[in-house]
Amino acid sequence: MATNTVSETAEGLSLRQSRPRYGEKIIRFILALAAFVSIFTTFGIVISLLIPSIEFFMEVPITDFLFGTVWTPLFKNGEFGVIPLLSGTIVITLIAIAVAIPLGLGASIYLSEYASERVRKVLKPTLEVLAGIPTVVFGFFALEFLTQAILIKIFPEIEVFNALSAGLIMGVMIIPTIASLSEDAMAAVPSGLRDGAYALGSSKRQTAIKVVMPAALSGIVAAFVLGISRAIGETMIVTIAAGLQPQLSFNPLMGMQTMTSYIAAAGSGDLATGSIEYKSIFAVGMLLFLLTFLMNIFSIRLVRRFRQAYQ
Amino acid sequence: MNQPNEITMHLDHALSARGASIPPETSDPVFTLDNVSVYYSDYEAIRNVTLPIGRNEITAFIGPSGCGKSTLLRSFNRMNDLIPGAHLKGTVAYHGTDIYGPNVDPIEVRRKVGMVFQKPNVFPKSIYENVAYGPKVNGTKGNLDDLVEECLTRAALWNEVKDDLKKSAYALSGGQQQRLVIARCIAVKPEVILMDEPCASLDPLATAKIEDLMVELASEYTIIIVTHNMQQAARVSDRTAFFTAELDENEIRHGRLVEFGRTRELFSSPTDPRTEDYISGRFG
Repeated sequence: MATNTVSETAEGLSLRQSRPRYGEKIIRFILALAAFVSIFTTFGIVISLLIPSIEFFMEVPITDFLFGTVWTPLFKNGEFGVIPLLSGTIVITLIAIAVAIPLGLGASIYLSEYASERVRKVLKPTLEVLAGIPTVVFGFFALEFLTQAILIKIFPEIEVFNALSAGLIMGVMIIPTIASLSEDAMAAVPSGLRDGAYALGSSKRQTAIKVVMPAALSGIVAAFVLGISRAIGETMIVTIAAGLQPQLSFNPLMGMQTMTSYIAAAGSGDLATGSIEYKSIFAVGMLLFLLTFLMNIFSIRLVRRFRQAYQ
Repeated sequence: MNQPNEITMHLDHALSARGASIPPETSDPVFTLDNVSVYYSDYEAIRNVTLPIGRNEITAFIGPSGCGKSTLLRSFNRMNDLIPGAHLKGTVAYHGTDIYGPNVDPIEVRRKVGMVFQKPNVFPKSIYENVAYGPKVNGTKGNLDDLVEECLTRAALWNEVKDDLKKSAYALSGGQQQRLVIARCIAVKPEVILMDEPCASLDPLATAKIEDLMVELASEYTIIIVTHNMQQAARVSDRTAFFTAELDENEIRHGRLVEFGRTRELFSSPTDPRTEDYISGRFG
């Protein structure tokens, strides 16, 4: 009886020989490929930017490019000083941030701390729909409605193409990004912290501003940075609403050209491949890439630092 | 009167030494609950509780999970207000004033009635800022160094943290965090401290420290503690309220107060058989 049981067990334990599983390997390869596509693309972009940029800088000294204040690539003996494009980008981005950070943060505090469950369920998806509107629509809205119907009445001297309308509308465009991500960060704050704050006699406002917001700071900062990155990289709104005049000015009532709108306008024109004007597109693209890259690195650092302090 | 039986004997050695000086009836109640029922929307979590809370006493709420003791505790500082749908019937009188009355600001109630939670919920701030938080939101201006030191000393934490006040409170151990929460609580100068299973997440050594601290704080504060640990109730409390969850005529579970009395008596000679079953470990 006993031996019988043992032999049965031994039989049950007999293992099949291992064999290669090709299906597993193929799946693994396909999945890895999916993960690496974005990395390959990034490298491809850097290389494709790098070569024409180097050729560009062999003809135009890099100091002329970085510190020059006149951008006239299409003129005979054109000048390639990028500062006007940079200032256009900065002015419009600053206007957008001034709109989007207070409104986005305010909306996120309302959604996570004040709104009832019912209101939040309606409001948050509605807000996120705003993020899905094509930017070209925002651009025409800025040009046709905001400038023509509103801004021109407040500032009669405003130009048809102006930085203000582009910046304001761009700000509206990135509100959902900031609001939604900040709200996620604040909603993730443990309710125990809120209870602790209320139990010490905090009002709703004090709980939100002094406890929940600091606890969610790393997520909120990440939301800001993503919003700012979108503003810097945004092309369509500025191309349509801010015009294509590279001007070194900080007057938002004037038209301006940003780095992105120069790339879009020049790239869609009929520049001869290999010409210096053509290569300038890549040089500006490289600068744009480096700026956003540096900002992302900076923000990752910042987020990590806050996380250390608050976790 | 039941004789102390062998099953409850093991709690006897734990009984608080303060027990002897506690009068049989609460003479000077800080809180008086009269027929209090707490609801979550339509669900009645705890029904018809009538109970006094004596000044500078430690009152323990014990009972099985789901008996509504934490719900009841949270009605002493209106924390249940924060839960949508929660409401209360009956009166919770604080020095004779119904804290659910029309002109009562819950924020004022919470300044008088502090709370310590099950999980140490220190803020993501420095140790100093944690203690200073309450006084700051309550409008105290100026230098809080002395107050912070005093509260940390009262919470038996000062010697361990005095050189690290600027360090994040998250760097502290669980037991230290819970003492920091107690320091943060007394910085608001409450009269009553509610403790909702304050040692549930702590090891025995840290638990012992918190229990010592509770007994010490009882000279100045009135303490109500919810605990699952009967030894703890026996060790620290002066009076004990035993709750249980029972099915009513409609087969719906409600928390009920079964027995309330001096801890010494409740543990050695409970009058209700359900209390005896619970403290002797036969259910719950």
